[in-house]
Amino acid sequence: MKLDTLTSEKIKVFIEKGKASSKEICQIFLDQIEKSNFEIKALLHFDPNFAFQQAEHIDRMQAEGKPLPDLAGLPMVIKDNILIKGLRCTCGSKNLENFVAPYNATVIEKLEAAGAIFLGKANLDEYAMGSSTENSAYGPTVNPHQPDYVPGGSSGGSAAAVAANMSLAALGTDTGGSIRQPAAFCGVVGMKPTYSRVSRFGLVAFGSSLDQIGPLANNVRDVAKILKVISGKDPRDATSLDVEVPDYVAALGRPIKGLKIGLPRQYQRSGVSEIVQMRIDSGLKRFRDLGCEMIEVDLPHIDYAIATYYVIAMAEASSNLARYDGVRYGMRGTEEDDLTNMYLATRDAGFGEEVKRRIMLGTFVLSSGYYDAYYLKAQKVRTLIKQDFEEAFQKVDFLVSPTSPTPPFRLGEKTNDPLEMYLSDIFTIAANLVGIPGISVPCGSTTDGLPIGIQIMGTHFDEERVLNLAHAFEQSGEVS
Amino acid sequence: MKINLAEVDHIAKLANLSFTEEEKQKFIGPLNSILEYVDQLNKLDTRGIEPTEQVVHTSKKNYSWNSDQVKSTFTQKQALDNGPEVGSGHFKVPKVISEK
Repeated sequence: MKLDTLTSEKIKVFIEKGKASSKEICQIFLDQIEKSNFEIKALLHFDPNFAFQQAEHIDRMQAEGKPLPDLAGLPMVIKDNILIKGLRCTCGSKNLENFVAPYNATVIEKLEAAGAIFLGKANLDEYAMGSSTENSAYGPTVNPHQPDYVPGGSSGGSAAAVAANMSLAALGTDTGGSIRQPAAFCGVVGMKPTYSRVSRFGLVAFGSSLDQIGPLANNVRDVAKILKVISGKDPRDATSLDVEVPDYVAALGRPIKGLKIGLPRQYQRSGVSEIVQMRIDSGLKRFRDLGCEMIEVDLPHIDYAIATYYVIAMAEASSNLARYDGVRYGMRGTEEDDLTNMYLATRDAGFGEEVKRRIMLGTFVLSSGYYDAYYLKAQKVRTLIKQDFEEAFQKVDFLVSPTSPTPPFRLGEKTNDPLEMYLSDIFTIAANLVGIPGISVPCGSTTDGLPIGIQIMGTHFDEERVLNLAHAFEQSGEVS
Repeated sequence: MKINLAEVDHIAKLANLSFTEEEKQKFIGPLNSILEYVDQLNKLDTRGIEPTEQVVHTSKKNYSWNSDQVKSTFTQKQALDNGPEVGSGHFKVPKVISEK
């Protein structure tokens, strides 16, 4: 079985035709995990017995002649901030080292019903706060293409696992680019859906007005298939909306000639590295060759996006992480003389440096005397940025940019300068502020073989066309 | 703006976080460079602009109400399973009311 060219469709056919059982396929990927995880550290923990039970269920269905669901036997890894009942969910934090999920996230229920197999839980920056996976309390994941480079983050474990053939697909979460940027850095496809497209019930909250769950895979078709399964209204998540879920897979292959692609003028002076610019230019040529029209558009307030994003994300994080008090779940600090000291000891021992920094900044921008100047101000600028995008989408169907201004950076290169790290999110955060879908598709690599990604963004709930364009781009061939 | 060590103490107290003097010294540099960076927002005139709290929820048309039904939830055991210290069907915490 050639892992590089395997797809969810092939797996299903293998099982249906009796060429391989779901359990055998599962074993192949578990072997790969055993072989590679020590070096790549894509997975924080995995439980072969759990995966085998799921695989045996698929094999029983096949033996009984029942029709197999869409994702039957698809080996997946799940970012370790999404709950799978009975498995630990650490969020890459010491605080939740021994936390065992008491229920399934809605996305997990849906994937399980669709036949997916969960091989293990993927590494992430602690509470998804970071752009390199270096903020994990359990050590960084490394880039499978070159182990002294970062895989991106915060869904670095998910992207690295797919890139290293340790799984065929993954779930990640994206608050400011945390699916798209690691997908770009690892040379896979990753999509952040529209805010409210996918239920977040069972996702550990970071920035509640920004967080979305989304798929990563080797190809656009599998991303589309998984997204179709996990999308839709969920009564248990009040922020999920009752909007019809189209058949994303059926939409692939529709004509794209004449579609208008917007190139934000302001993005062209955003410190894009030479090699990324070269690859993106070849990528844009591919869009032109496919018959797309390129139009320059203005996003006048986009330069404020990073500042806006970090004020809002940190404020929401400080509020969401107030729940870790060492009482109902999570670790408890050893100071036991009174309640306040217990809280302090718990949070001191449980949280890492970046998480503390964000809680501090978030608490500051929400505090009396500063709320209007920072938090409210950022929310107003968010309105301006949203209006910029609405105006741009009056003129064009999509916006295209690099996913990240640089190729993967070296481990440790940006860990001493948090602001520098934040600035690497420049092209991805706007989609979260505005709530629109965005996808990263491989677009060549550096001369050293480090992957580069191109990002396509569309309007709210237009995943269908974004996926179709991404698919056409993917099919148009790899640039060197 | 820049914050000083006294303000760091105040925010830490609000956030239920504690830092040693050494940690504070290490923390305050990046904290201030980030605050300086986000200060650029104040260059923008936002008079008359409504704040955005939720991006997609501008219309009510896709909201739906859940029916008011009691559904099964955690048992007492499930609720307590992840508790760091439990006993007699309760979460245990240190003394809340002091004698002082």
